[in-house]
Amino acid sequence: MNKKIVTIALGAALSLSASAAMADTLEDVQAKGYLQCGVAPSTPGFASPDENNNWSGIDVDYCRAMAAAIFDDPEAVRFTPLTSKERFTALSSGEIDVLSRTTTWTMSRDTNLGISFTGVMFYDGQGFMVPKDLGVNSALELSDAAVCIEAGTTTELNAADYFATNGMNYNPVVFEDQDEVVKAYDDGRCDVFTTDSSALAAERLSLADPDSHKILPEIISKEPLGPSVRQGDDLWFNISRWVYFALLEAEEYGVTQANVDEMLGSENPSVRRLLGVEGEFGKAIGLSDDWAYRIIKHTGNYGEIYERNVTPIGIDRAGSLNDLWTRGGLQYSPPIR
Amino acid sequence: MAKSQEQLQQSRSLSSLIYDPKFRSYAFQILLLLVLVGFGWWIVQNTIVNLQAQNKTTGFDFLGVTSGFDIGFSLIEYSRSSTYLDVFIVGILNTLLVAVTGIVLATMLGFVLGVARLSSNWIIARMATIYIEVIRNIPLLLQLFFWYFAVLKSMPSVRDSLEVISGAVFLNNRGLYFPDPNPNDAFLWVQIAVVLVLIGGFFLQRWSVRRLEQTGERFPYIPVFIGLLIVVPAIVWFISGAGLDVSYPERNRFNFQGGIQLPPEFVALLFGLVIYTAAFIAEIVRAGIVSVNKGQTEAAQSLGLKDNDRLNLVVIPQAMRVIVPPLTSQYLNLTKNSSLAVAIGYPDIVNVFMGTALNQSGKAVEVIFMTMAVYLTLSLLTSVIMNIYNARIALTER
Repeated sequence: MNKKIVTIALGAALSLSASAAMADTLEDVQAKGYLQCGVAPSTPGFASPDENNNWSGIDVDYCRAMAAAIFDDPEAVRFTPLTSKERFTALSSGEIDVLSRTTTWTMSRDTNLGISFTGVMFYDGQGFMVPKDLGVNSALELSDAAVCIEAGTTTELNAADYFATNGMNYNPVVFEDQDEVVKAYDDGRCDVFTTDSSALAAERLSLADPDSHKILPEIISKEPLGPSVRQGDDLWFNISRWVYFALLEAEEYGVTQANVDEMLGSENPSVRRLLGVEGEFGKAIGLSDDWAYRIIKHTGNYGEIYERNVTPIGIDRAGSLNDLWTRGGLQYSPPIR
Repeated sequence: MAKSQEQLQQSRSLSSLIYDPKFRSYAFQILLLLVLVGFGWWIVQNTIVNLQAQNKTTGFDFLGVTSGFDIGFSLIEYSRSSTYLDVFIVGILNTLLVAVTGIVLATMLGFVLGVARLSSNWIIARMATIYIEVIRNIPLLLQLFFWYFAVLKSMPSVRDSLEVISGAVFLNNRGLYFPDPNPNDAFLWVQIAVVLVLIGGFFLQRWSVRRLEQTGERFPYIPVFIGLLIVVPAIVWFISGAGLDVSYPERNRFNFQGGIQLPPEFVALLFGLVIYTAAFIAEIVRAGIVSVNKGQTEAAQSLGLKDNDRLNLVVIPQAMRVIVPPLTSQYLNLTKNSSLAVAIGYPDIVNVFMGTALNQSGKAVEVIFMTMAVYLTLSLLTSVIMNIYNARIALTER
């Protein structure tokens, strides 16, 4: 852990060199030839490496989409696994170019930390998981329980709010690493494990005996998870934001990885603008005009990314907040025009 | 002509100035100082500029803001509506708790081990050697993980808690629970009695030493002192009507309520620190004892000193001079190593303040500065205390 402390200390004290890097992130990224992306160390569905250190997940694919837009190469990205505690320092010190790490968009983070959120890749909410044999059916029965939590998260704050609002006592057991939280929960150090419900679903599958655990029905918070960049670089902010919107826009107009080449010949003006056949939308964000074509070609649209990463961990999209607005969800992109 | 003479003189005085060792040493020191001050100024300036460029707010105002999160183990009253300053204090107290307890226990264990390694009993000496060599050579972090995860796993769950003492002391994977003696008001008299006996014991010891020096007669100081320490408070207890309102731990739906709970994080951290540091202290103690010349022991024997006196009056005082300075560094190490608590979830200052509070408030520079200041203060305090002690036992040169 000393290493982490050193990282934080260095990051804080030596944010010195950052100032030069901050001015024009796009130029720096293009000069070094790859995008440095901060992700979660191991959250299935969002960011996790396989045995060959190939990363996958919705947060990972967002970074690949950015790399595709900039370099026309989804592999031109390097991943930095970060704990919840380290993530903001890593971003503001310039260690990473974009933070795409199941990070909840809150006002204080958006305004106090010198970072800006650019979109919501996943609408989530905090839930609780308990062993079935505890006989608990509602979070309101959790008075006096020991609760395992990851340090430096909104989870910590929500749990404090929830238990205080409902007049219940609890005993927080806080760890720095999600892995340690899960291990301690599995060992019986706590009665309850609380985090974003998507992560709960994923972590449940990694437990020794998933069937003996259940997720309680209560969702106690709003957790809009999205990528963020350093404040003060508007161009880079726009790239990050519009890469996300392009993923949504493509899905809305039915542009997929498979049919993107055909779509180049589409008559639909919205599709033509998206794929750079009409207009000069790429130039305005310092990229080539086929920036969105590159994204879809390499990573697919939002729906495909979701299908590939989040559906396998057991979170259905249909009818959820993460569905497109046209189908009753919240995922909505301003028009590209 | 006169002018060039003057110039010559001037250049000669200049060159002689350069070759003047006194001037040179001052000049270089001033230069070094300037460089250091400049470097420091540059760092501070750069940090300020960068923080502004990142649109971060700075300053210590955040200390008065509600923290919004809970802490599992705290020596003072703390809730989610407490401030960041409270988090800071809770963190310091938790660090102090584990550091002070750790130092006391590690010293005791270390001295026993150090003496054991010199024991003439083959088995005891070998066991101590094995302990020291194994423990010293495994990284502390791994040992902490071992104590926490391996030992936690082998503990029973809350439902099958081990009743160490029936109805009073319980052990399970949530920690060790024991009764909380809540003393009533009259108990103050008992506490006063204990303090008075302790003060009395100090004077008793000085008196017995003086008597020994003047008359050569021994006074059984230690048994008398222990006797007083038990008898006097006991009498006061009965006379004053002091009582304890003991709260026993009781099981509710999930956990035990009431009593005192020592969380496994604390126990694991304390175990890890004590066992690790004791191995180093043992070696220091051994070195100290070995450093006392054998002639000293023989001289003491030839004076007819008893075994105990030989140890207490001749060997140990000389060994302490060798032991104390490195012992101080071990104390400092233990305090600093307690920051590894963060790995196993014990809410020390690094965990709650430099971890959670930093993250929630975003005040990285301020928080890290304050945390470093805490460790620096603790370390300097330990050093000062140990140096005073060292000065007292040091060889008095005449």
